[in-house]
Amino acid sequence: MSKKELLKIEDLSIYYITEDGTVKAVNGIDIKLNKGETLGLVGETGAGKTTTALGIMRLIPNPPGKIMSGKIEFEGKDLLNIPEEEMRMIRGNKISMIFQDPMTSLNPVMTVGEQIAEVIEIHQDLNKQEAMKKAEEMLELVGIPAARVNDYPHQFSGGMKQRVVIAISLACNPQLLIADEPTTALDVTIQAQVLDLMNNLKEEFNTAMILITHDLGVVSEVCDKVAIMYAGEIVEAASLKQLFENPRHPYTLGLFGSIPNLDEEVDRLKPITGLMPDPTNLPTGCKFHPRCPYGTDICAKQEPKAIEIEDGHKVKCLIYEGLVDAEVKR
Amino acid sequence: MADKILEVKNLKKYFKTPKGMLHAVDGVNFSIERGKTLGVVGESGCGKSTTGRVVLRLLEATDGDIIFEGKNIRMFDKRQLRQLRREMQIIFQDPFASLNPRMTVSEIIAEPLIIHGLTKNKKELDKRVSELMEIVGLADRLVNAYPHELDGGRRQRIGIARTLSLNPKFIVCDEPVSALDVSIQAQVLNLMQDLQEELGLTYMFITHDLSVVKHFSDEIAVMYLGQLVEKAPASELFKNPVHPYTKALLSAIPVPSLKNKKERIILKGEITSPINPEPGCRFAKRCPHADKCTNANSQPVLENIGNEHYVACHMVNKLM
Repeated sequence: MSKKELLKIEDLSIYYITEDGTVKAVNGIDIKLNKGETLGLVGETGAGKTTTALGIMRLIPNPPGKIMSGKIEFEGKDLLNIPEEEMRMIRGNKISMIFQDPMTSLNPVMTVGEQIAEVIEIHQDLNKQEAMKKAEEMLELVGIPAARVNDYPHQFSGGMKQRVVIAISLACNPQLLIADEPTTALDVTIQAQVLDLMNNLKEEFNTAMILITHDLGVVSEVCDKVAIMYAGEIVEAASLKQLFENPRHPYTLGLFGSIPNLDEEVDRLKPITGLMPDPTNLPTGCKFHPRCPYGTDICAKQEPKAIEIEDGHKVKCLIYEGLVDAEVKR
Repeated sequence: MADKILEVKNLKKYFKTPKGMLHAVDGVNFSIERGKTLGVVGESGCGKSTTGRVVLRLLEATDGDIIFEGKNIRMFDKRQLRQLRREMQIIFQDPFASLNPRMTVSEIIAEPLIIHGLTKNKKELDKRVSELMEIVGLADRLVNAYPHELDGGRRQRIGIARTLSLNPKFIVCDEPVSALDVSIQAQVLNLMQDLQEELGLTYMFITHDLSVVKHFSDEIAVMYLGQLVEKAPASELFKNPVHPYTKALLSAIPVPSLKNKKERIILKGEITSPINPEPGCRFAKRCPHADKCTNANSQPVLENIGNEHYVACHMVNKLM
C-alpha cells in the first residue's frame, strides 16, 4: 500500500437476504481513495450507494444485510477483520459520516452543543467542559455563532442543522468523511453555502471524502474523482475531467442526456428508457443491457469486465472489450 | 392582444398563526397565455405552492382577483366551482402521498369521470380509462395494480392520467418531477411536453429546480417570501437576470459541466420572517446592494424594463 493511499476497497459485495429473495445491493465494487481526495459516488435510487457507505462504516443492519465478500482496507487495516471494539474507535473518529436528512439525524432532545461534545468526549481525552468548549469552536467553524451552543435542533433552519451535522462529523478531525446526499434536502442557495463550507474544510484539514449524490452538478463542484454506480456495480470510474469531457459508458451518457442543460437549448430531453432493474432479480450479463441503446444479444449473456481505456479511466461495457461494435456518442 | 387563459391580480393569501399573520402570498400579479407554460420558482417557503392552490381555489384567497377565461372565479359558488374543476386541474408533488393506497390504478383514474358523470356506462368508462393509460404510457396489465406495487415514475403517470381524465385546459403542476430519479424525471417531462402539444394544455409549473424550469417554461416568475421579484421569458431571465435574488439563485445552481464555471454569489444574512413582515423590501436583509439602496423601507413593485422583462427592485436602473 502506497503512503498516500487511505482507502482501498476490493471486490466488495453486500446482499440483503430477505424472505422475498436476496437483494444484491452491491456487487463486487473496487474503490481507491488517496488522502485528501474527494470521490463522487453517483447513481440513482437503489444503485447501492448508501449500502456501500454503510458497508465502509460497518453499519449494515445484520440481519438482513450481509457483507458477502471483499476487503475494505483503511490505513492498511482490513476493516472487515477487526473486532467491533476497535471499529468503534474508528467510527466517528477516523471515519465519520454525514447522513442524508439533517432533520432526522439529530437528537431532538439534546442541545446541539451536547451532540457535538458527545463525539469529542468519546474519542478524545477531554472532560465534559473541555468538550463543550471544543463544540463551541466547531460551531464557529461551520459558521454558527457559539452563543447558540445550548439551542435545540428545532430552533435551527434546515441548512443550519446540516451544518451542525457537519460539525459533529468533523469534530474529531477524521481522515475520511462519507457524506450521503448532504445537500439534497436543502434549497439551492443554502446548498451553495454548504458546498462552499465543505470545500473550505476539505482544504483546511486535508480530509478525504466520499460524496454520495445523484446530482452531477454537485459532483462537478466538489469532486476530484467520480464513480458511476448502476445496479450495485461501478460501471464507470474516472477523474472528474475525464468523466465530464469523455464519458464512455452508455448509462453515464444517459444520465447526462436526462439533465436539462442550462447552457444549451434542447427541445426534448433524451431520457434513458425503461426502469431500474429489480435488485432481487437482476438481468444476466450486463445489468444495463435491457435499457441500453447499444445492447445486443451478447450483452445478455456475458458480464463485462472493467476495462481501463485511458489512464485511471475504467469502463464496464462490452463495447470496450471489442465484443459489441458501436460507437458511444453524446 | 394575446389570449390570456388566466390572469391573477393582487393575489393575497394570509394564514393565521399563533404568532401573527403569515403572509404566504402577498400581492402577486401575473397572467398566462393559452397553450404556454409559466414556471414559478423559488425556495421552500416562498409561497409558490400556496399560489398554485389559491389559483385553483383549493385554498381561499384573502384578497385579489383570479380571472380564468374572462370570469372572476373567486366569485364562483359551489355549483360553478364544481364545473370549473373540469377545466382546471393539478398534478401533485408526491406520487406516494397523492394516490389512495386502497384503490387500483383503474379506480383512481376512473374516479373523476364517475364524480363528474362524464361516461354513460361501465363499458365507456373502461374504454376511457384504458385510453388515458395509453396516453400516459402505462401498460394495460397494470389496470388492477395498486400504487404500492409501482415505482415513482409510474405513480406520477397515474397522477397525470387522473388529471387528464376531465380534459382540463389548465393544469397546475406542483413539483411534478422533484420526487423522481433523473432518468425517470426526463421521461415524465417529455410526456408532459407531448401532452401539452397534443392537447393544447396550459401549465403553471411550480418547482425549485431551475434547470428543469428553464427547459420547460416559456416564461418564468421568481418568487421570494410571497412576492414576485422578477418575471421574464425563460431564455431572457437566464441570459440577463437583474434582481439580486435571481442572480444569487442562478449562480447557486451546480452545473454539470467543467466549462463556464460561474462565480457563486453566496447570500448572507437572515431571512426576513413572513409573519407580520415589516413594510419595505423583503430581500433587503440578504441583499448585497442593500447598503447602497436608499429606499429599502418602501416596497418595490414590478417594473417593465423592456422585452417583457419585469423586475421589482429599487436599484433596477443601477443593476442593469
